[in-house]
Amino acid sequence: MLQLLLNGLAVGCIYGLVALGFVLIYKATELVNFAQGDLMMLGAFTCYMFVVWYGAGYWLAFVLAVVTVALFGAALDSAVLRRVLGQPQFAVVMLTIGLGAIFRSFASIVWGSEIYTLPTPFSARATRIAGVTISHEYISIIAGTVILCAALYAFFTFTRVGVAMQAASQNQLAAYYMGIPVKRMFSLIWAISAGVAAIAGILLAPVSLIDINLGFLGLKAFAAAVLGGFGSIPGALAGGVTIGLIELFSGAYLPQGVKDVAAYVVLLVVLAIRPQGMFGTIARKKV
Amino acid sequence: MADALLTVSNLETYYGPIMAIRGVSFSVPAGAIVTILGANGAGKTTILKTICGVMDPLKGTVTFERREIQGLDPDAVTRLGISHVPEGREVFPFLSAAENLRMGAYTRRDAAGVARDLEMVYDYFPVLRSRADQRAGQLSGGEQQMLTIARALMARPTMMLLDEPSLGLAPRLVKEIFEIIVRINRDRGVTILLVEQNANMALHVADYGYVLEIGRIVMEDTCARLLDKEDIKEFYLGMKSSSVRGTRRWKRKKTWR
Ligand SMILES: Nc1ncnc2c1ncn2[C@@H]1O[C@H](COP(=O)(O)OP(=O)(O)OP(=O)(O)O)[C@@H](O)[C@H]1O
Ligand SMILES: [Mg+2]
Repeated sequence: MLQLLLNGLAVGCIYGLVALGFVLIYKATELVNFAQGDLMMLGAFTCYMFVVWYGAGYWLAFVLAVVTVALFGAALDSAVLRRVLGQPQFAVVMLTIGLGAIFRSFASIVWGSEIYTLPTPFSARATRIAGVTISHEYISIIAGTVILCAALYAFFTFTRVGVAMQAASQNQLAAYYMGIPVKRMFSLIWAISAGVAAIAGILLAPVSLIDINLGFLGLKAFAAAVLGGFGSIPGALAGGVTIGLIELFSGAYLPQGVKDVAAYVVLLVVLAIRPQGMFGTIARKKV
Repeated sequence: MADALLTVSNLETYYGPIMAIRGVSFSVPAGAIVTILGANGAGKTTILKTICGVMDPLKGTVTFERREIQGLDPDAVTRLGISHVPEGREVFPFLSAAENLRMGAYTRRDAAGVARDLEMVYDYFPVLRSRADQRAGQLSGGEQQMLTIARALMARPTMMLLDEPSLGLAPRLVKEIFEIIVRINRDRGVTILLVEQNANMALHVADYGYVLEIGRIVMEDTCARLLDKEDIKEFYLGMKSSSVRGTRRWKRKKTWR
């Protein structure tokens, strides 16, 4: 039971982190990036590559992979997505779905379509506390998420650039008037979102194995973001954890197959009762 | 004008195919308060947006401190010393009032100077001091208006562009805001370009005025003389001159047409 709770929390954290990426980008640019899950997959593969191909230590590979994917995210923004801002939402959504497909085929060309395991310091280790076996992989996911969220919170609240990023998300025009370089802020938000996705991928790797379809998890993360009230950062995390818990518990106690749809059923129910999501606000932003 | 801080010449700005500004020229001397009057849709906001770089003109130039600035990005224009107080209280709704003010100083690196200026704007607008930790979106309309003016001041501008600062405010507050605008101009030597519907107020605080109609400047003069003109009295100040009887009203045309 406790074991299940912990595993559900951990899986939920991953959904939450990917959902966080959706929300950050959406809040800033009103654009939904469906390639978020595939950025996560790229993060896991990049880390795998540094560890297994180049023999880097886990922590070094971790940092290198996150930085690489974050830079890639910023480049994606300035090279591709900045040009489609203002185009119909539908076109932008198709574009990001297309980008996701490109990332998957890129991954299968570079790394192959086999399934890999990423050796980590947490792999296959466990501690017994009060009769419950707690595997380190799951703990590392939860701890990683907590640390990351605290760091992001501090960054967005206490640093000049972080507050300016909030400002640019809330009122783009006024941010321009203040002399805030809005375009650079948006690239930075893409970098952060991509970096967070990469961290999620790397944390998930010891639990779930790496393959090119890892990114499809992004769909559930999207559900988590909607559940939390698209546009709310605490909501994204709460939505992720909710979906993670529902999934594991329904997998354990309900008939086969329920697990995969349980999250969506809950999403529909919540949206029917509270269309703005769990944490959503009605307040609209001005552009 | 040779010593003008800002000179706009033959400006033409379009919204797609719609020509909003049809060849406008004017200048703002350093240290002055200059106002542009005009009815709704005359193009006042569009002129300010073109100066501050949110819109690019198709033709014409904007010269600030002898440098052509048309076509620059708005953040670059702000860094040159032009602060824009946009129409309609564009605050950052989920940041506190104090954070909004700090964002006004985003381009500055001198922390001590910023802290001093924060005190300075709190002295101009004492109500903002008591609202410092409140979210800007929860301030009243008047407080938000003061916040946008104060925020622009935090950049320590050479010049401020004010777009209808009196819009939607109670008469007493309008008076108060205009007094502060004059103080900012006198005490700190900030040059001000003021766009207003409230012609009466604007003409009393400004030195020089331009009248804009459908994208063209149709009259310019010192504000003292503008206040005396029959057309201005009738069309912008809402006064009926005594010589004009109701029966003859239809005959009166604006003399500049
Ligand atoms: N986004 C837009 N797209 C198309 N036309 C526009 C747009 N904004 C303004 N216009 C047109 O440009 C002209 C000038 O508008 P502008 O906003 O500059 O007027 P204004 O003098 O500031 O009016 P107000 O006193 O009502 O604020 C108007 O005819 C208006 O219809
Ligand atoms: Mg206007």
